[in-house]
Amino acid sequence: MKVILHIWRQDKASTNDNFKQDGRMVRYELADVSPDMSFLEMLDVLNENLIEKGEESVAFDHDCREGICGACGVVIDGVPHGPERGTTTCQLHMRSFKDGAEIYIEPWRAKAFPVVRDLVVDRGSLDRIVQSGAFISVNTGAPQDANAIPIPKSDAERAFDAATCIGCGACVAACKNASAMLFVGAKVSHFAYLPQGRVERDSRARNLVKAMDEEGFGNCTNQNECEAVCPKEIPVRVIADMNREYLRAKAREG
Amino acid sequence: MNLDSRIPGGPIQDKWDSRKFDLKLVNPANKRKYKVLVVGSGLAGAAAAASMAELGYQVECFCYQDSPRRAHSIAAQGGINAAKNYRNDGDSVWRLFYDTVKGGDFRAREANVYRLAQCSVNIIDQAVAQGVPFARDYAGLLDNRSFGGAQVSRTFYARGQTGQQLLLGAYAALSRQIGLGTVKMYNRTEMLDVVLVDGHAKGIIVRDMVTGEVRSHAGDAVVLATGGYGNVFYLSTNAKGCNVTAAWRAHKKGAGFANPCYTQIHPTCIPVSGDHQSKLTLMSESLRNDGRVWIPKKQADKRPAHEIPDDERDYYLERKYPSFGNLAPRDIASRAAKEACDKGLGIGETGLGVYLDFRDAIARLGEPAIKARYGNLFHMYGKITAENPYKQPMRIYPAVHYTMGGLWVDYDLMSSIPGMFVLGEANFSDHGANRLGASALMQGLADGYFVIPYTIGGYLAGQKAGSVDVNHDAFQQTVATVNDRVSKLLSIQGKRTVDHFHKELGKIMWGRCGMARNDAGLNEALKEIPALREEFWQDVRVLGSGQSFNQSLEKAGRVADFLEFGELMCRDALERRESCGGHFRDEWQDEGEARRDDDNFAHAAVWEHKGEVKDAVRHQEELKFDNVALAVRSYK
Ligand SMILES: Cc1cc2nc3c(=O)[nH]c(=O)nc-3n(C[C@H](O)[C@H](O)[C@H](O)COP(=O)(O)OP(=O)(O)OC[C@H]3O[C@@H](n4cnc5c(N)ncnc54)[C@H](O)[C@@H]3O)c2cc1C
Ligand code: FES
Repeated sequence: MKVILHIWRQDKASTNDNFKQDGRMVRYELADVSPDMSFLEMLDVLNENLIEKGEESVAFDHDCREGICGACGVVIDGVPHGPERGTTTCQLHMRSFKDGAEIYIEPWRAKAFPVVRDLVVDRGSLDRIVQSGAFISVNTGAPQDANAIPIPKSDAERAFDAATCIGCGACVAACKNASAMLFVGAKVSHFAYLPQGRVERDSRARNLVKAMDEEGFGNCTNQNECEAVCPKEIPVRVIADMNREYLRAKAREG
Repeated sequence: MNLDSRIPGGPIQDKWDSRKFDLKLVNPANKRKYKVLVVGSGLAGAAAAASMAELGYQVECFCYQDSPRRAHSIAAQGGINAAKNYRNDGDSVWRLFYDTVKGGDFRAREANVYRLAQCSVNIIDQAVAQGVPFARDYAGLLDNRSFGGAQVSRTFYARGQTGQQLLLGAYAALSRQIGLGTVKMYNRTEMLDVVLVDGHAKGIIVRDMVTGEVRSHAGDAVVLATGGYGNVFYLSTNAKGCNVTAAWRAHKKGAGFANPCYTQIHPTCIPVSGDHQSKLTLMSESLRNDGRVWIPKKQADKRPAHEIPDDERDYYLERKYPSFGNLAPRDIASRAAKEACDKGLGIGETGLGVYLDFRDAIARLGEPAIKARYGNLFHMYGKITAENPYKQPMRIYPAVHYTMGGLWVDYDLMSSIPGMFVLGEANFSDHGANRLGASALMQGLADGYFVIPYTIGGYLAGQKAGSVDVNHDAFQQTVATVNDRVSKLLSIQGKRTVDHFHKELGKIMWGRCGMARNDAGLNEALKEIPALREEFWQDVRVLGSGQSFNQSLEKAGRVADFLEFGELMCRDALERRESCGGHFRDEWQDEGEARRDDDNFAHAAVWEHKGEVKDAVRHQEELKFDNVALAVRSYK
């Protein structure tokens, strides 16, 4: 099959909020695309062609190529990770597109995710939120036996549903406010259902919300776009979990 | 080359305790004066960096991804072993030790393996305390499954993403230390060399992958936890960025490289679909708990699987290995699949595939139960192949997965360069010639949480803190060589892309140093690889500049190292004139089963660099088996 690609090209890291000045969309045609190729393999082929023509390849983040590391992620025809639900960019296959399709490919757009080059953005803000408190403060060597505290299966499953977040940032890219509530909610919810996580629940909720605000993420206005694009289908109920934990912490602060 | 393994004396059960007691300690107030550089943020690196920072050392940690959470450990699916014996099925530290030594085909160091089994139980406790959501039963207690090469259920798991959940635990511990300012994290930073001062590792040279800046970092010790080299084959289940660069550059500075030819070919991966293929996807070994492996009895049987009646199917693992059945170890299951396909019994369009069938398990347990166990794997399989594994069997074929070889380390995990320690998949120590499933996560975390925090102190106690800084001549010189190499790659301006060379190398390695190896093929490879390398340095095309984000340049550096390393692998495979574990030499077999030669090869082969790969010198560390008797490894 054949596709026409429009790809965001940008040589240098973003300098200001008016991203339109930093780069532009460039049109490429690509023939001999196999429907069995993954989307990233299609970009590999494009890049090989570009290099052969003497043009620099399109930069994009990727590593595991099996939907778990969270490195990949581009906006495809306006949708983060493209048209398939519950699918990362690397797990998307060309059979999801029609022969002759025109495909628009752009980086995540958010104030807290400055573009590094082409389709690559800096998601360091997500790491910094985690550093502010998305953990249990246990040192190596201190724990008791793993089976000392049974955890009801239903609680463990709820914690797990939140813990499946791969930190790709699609939720932020999908949100018109560039809010990180689904990401932060997933972190809070993961620990909130586990007895070992409850000890620090108040400080965790407060610290994460503060860090999120400081990084320049927007507010949540309940659009639920985040849930729709999340490749791990994390439900918006984690945002409710987080609001509950946060209000509880505020109330106890007095 | 000093290859003293420094294994403590005394009975095997007491060795680790006695070493911990004998190691010199660094006084708590002095720890903060020492700086440790940790390269890698996977299970081994993140666990090490966090644990050492908790003890009070200053730590700097490096990874090439944009976040430490993305290290390749994240991709592990199936589980992690631990001798908890929660199932009351006869497991023990001794049995895990025994299974691992036997599973490695008697080519690992007993003392290290015993310590690994001992630490395994603490890992599960640690992970649960961090909030790792392992699978639980209805009583709220931890659940287990079985993995290959064991007859007990000792594998802890977290749906099909045990690696991500364990790494998130280690990453959380690391993030806590970053937040506290005790670890300084450098993302998108690639290590390109080590710096030695008076023979000791005192720093590293890195390239900032965003700005292109080449920079020095000085420390009192260096810890490499940079993962495995499976990508030398181009196609593997490893992440695209996995590389041998850090280990190889260390080797060229004097670190012995042990058993490079020991690579693991995993039996259950999704078969190659075409030339565009950029990587291979694993279907976890855990699937063999419920999936049955078979091929048609007739050659070129084109009927759809469900039309082939049971008596015309060959469940060859169950037939050949009745006591382990579908849970035969990986090397054995892979070889059996290759043998079947070589005989023309393979399935699918290419004939390079066998079935992994869940029909019986679904009939017995129902689709929801199978979905709960393996849902994400079935989903992944469906995405890639556009087939529904609930309705038709999976097609699978072996693929490169893991590397048992790695930098040589002593009992304390120190390489032959004093002050340079190597953890996780990057070292060679615990898995011999074949790794059992669910043992790599265990090893990475044991090394990072429970070994290095002790043994690093033993080294640092004898060193003056902060004795070297980046103004030392050794740093200036090494920066200059790194810069020269970058400029060289950019100046060639040839005709072929980096991927072209990587794919060519992969074909040579898979064809000649893959599932089966022989004298003629390896000798051929030893001509082909240097020729390809020569061509690379004449004709590779790397565009752009060194002062920017340049993914072609990154790849070029890694492929250049693979082009040297592949040659060493083939030399090692040629010199090991026996079959053992994942290393199968056509010349040494008993009807398809590996034939070891314990009289001549019960040793680790450790290579010393001497300027050119062809001149590397092979040393031996003899392996002694005092606790597990050397025996023919049988899973029948
Ligand atoms: C698909 C898959 C499934 C698996 N499933 C299982 C399983 O179920 N159970 C099991 O026990 N094992 C499994 N394994 C094996 C296991 O995951 C790995 O062996 C293990 O996680 C390796 O951990 P590590 O910490 O040594 O290295 P990695 O996790 O690979 O980390 C390497 C780190 O080093 C960094 N790095 C590398 N090179 C450089 C450089 N030059 N400069 C700077 N940083 C660098 C990387 O950024 C990364 O942070 C699986 C492996 C694969 C491929
Ligand atoms: S590349 Fe890892 S999730 Fe896509």
